[in-house]
Amino acid sequence: MTKNIDITLKIWRQKNADVKGGFETYHASNISIDMSFLEMIDVVNEQLTLDGKDPIAFDHDCREGICGMCGAVVNGRAHGPEKGTTLCQLHMRHFSSGDTIVIEPWRAKAFPIIKDLAVDRSAFDQIIVAGGYISVNTGGAPDANAIPISQEIAEKAMDAAACIGCGACVASCPNASAMLFTGAKISQFALLPQGRPEAALRALAMVRKMDELCFGNCGNERECEVECPKEISISNIARMNREFFKAGLGSAVM
Amino acid sequence: MNWFTNTFGSSLGKKLMMAVTGLFFCVFLVLHLAGNLTIYMGKDVFNSYAEHLHSLGPLLTLAEWGLLIFAVIHISSGLLLFYQNFKARPERYAVNKRAGGRTLGSATMPYTGVILLLFVIYHLFNFHFVDKTHTTIFQIVSNAFAQPSYVLIYTFAMIIAAVHVSHGFWSAFQTLGANHPKYTPFLRGLSLVFSLIVGIGFGFIPVYVSLLV
Repeated sequence: MTKNIDITLKIWRQKNADVKGGFETYHASNISIDMSFLEMIDVVNEQLTLDGKDPIAFDHDCREGICGMCGAVVNGRAHGPEKGTTLCQLHMRHFSSGDTIVIEPWRAKAFPIIKDLAVDRSAFDQIIVAGGYISVNTGGAPDANAIPISQEIAEKAMDAAACIGCGACVASCPNASAMLFTGAKISQFALLPQGRPEAALRALAMVRKMDELCFGNCGNERECEVECPKEISISNIARMNREFFKAGLGSAVM
Repeated sequence: MNWFTNTFGSSLGKKLMMAVTGLFFCVFLVLHLAGNLTIYMGKDVFNSYAEHLHSLGPLLTLAEWGLLIFAVIHISSGLLLFYQNFKARPERYAVNKRAGGRTLGSATMPYTGVILLLFVIYHLFNFHFVDKTHTTIFQIVSNAFAQPSYVLIYTFAMIIAAVHVSHGFWSAFQTLGANHPKYTPFLRGLSLVFSLIVGIGFGFIPVYVSLLV
């Protein structure tokens, strides 16, 4: 049986990065608890459009929790209160009638606000461009067992590669640090033999780019791994540290 | 910039320096506590511990300078990281809620750190930079802790130290890259045990001395 709830929303509205923003209050009534959080905002936006007002801007794409486009801080929690979910996979059944929900954009100097809840996360792309790739072509398909990789290592690499680049780690970090993202991206290559030839170059380049973009510094607060929708572990940050120190102090790469 | 400043000047480099110096301070705390605990064996044992320590001469001076240099590194990189972190989020959240990662220790590191810095300066002026020609260290300590304000300040400072190391100890290992599914949970537990040892071990001494006099 479906149930409907009435909620109050306090949503951050901001025209662009150059003007000051502020909270505006909206009432959403008769919201089905089967709706996702984004569908709920869709309903609010439809009404705003009918009223001739500016709809709330927010990022979204697949709405299946795998693309990494959506995300907002809901009542102080990145992607809302549920564990291992993106905002699009958060459902209204986790809220009760009469609740007031505060929705804010990711807040970080490196993620300037485009409009309302949409932020510019191209800083992540710049970190990837700095070294988050392997610069050889795959070529023809080799034998699947040509390079043996243990199940444990394959799992770890896959866990790191599960990062969808949503930015929740930066948003939830008390220091707005991007080290979980960068750690995951460095780890997914560092763990596998194909990533080793460029490991030192990659670690140095990606960390330097991350620093240059004015992200904060990890304080090992562990908020990121709790909020990450893909539950990526901070052991990837430790691996990044090892890779960086190995590259910086032990390799010939400048 | 050359490779050296490129490595140590980076975010991870500063964190590395924090971790290495912080772990040295943990070792220092253990040694300092071991020495202080001799006070429970009576004033003669305590005084002779101090004499033996000072008979080390140049070795002790070397250790003191080492500690001073490490303190400068720990404090300056800590303040720099704190400033950068502050700048990394110009607009704060209206609603802040912990997801379950943050602890009392981790959330207060810069603040407990600054309090500890002030305490260390105060402590050195109480017991280190004093004229010790016609008196013993036990006399200086018992004179100080005869005053309730000293007992209060010292006990409070040791609670702060315990909070600081509760996060600092395991955090240093994580920063050094020592994260392991088998040992990290143990280190996090050890961090709490260590903070209790520091808090109770150091914190009870002023109370004990004040009860003696």
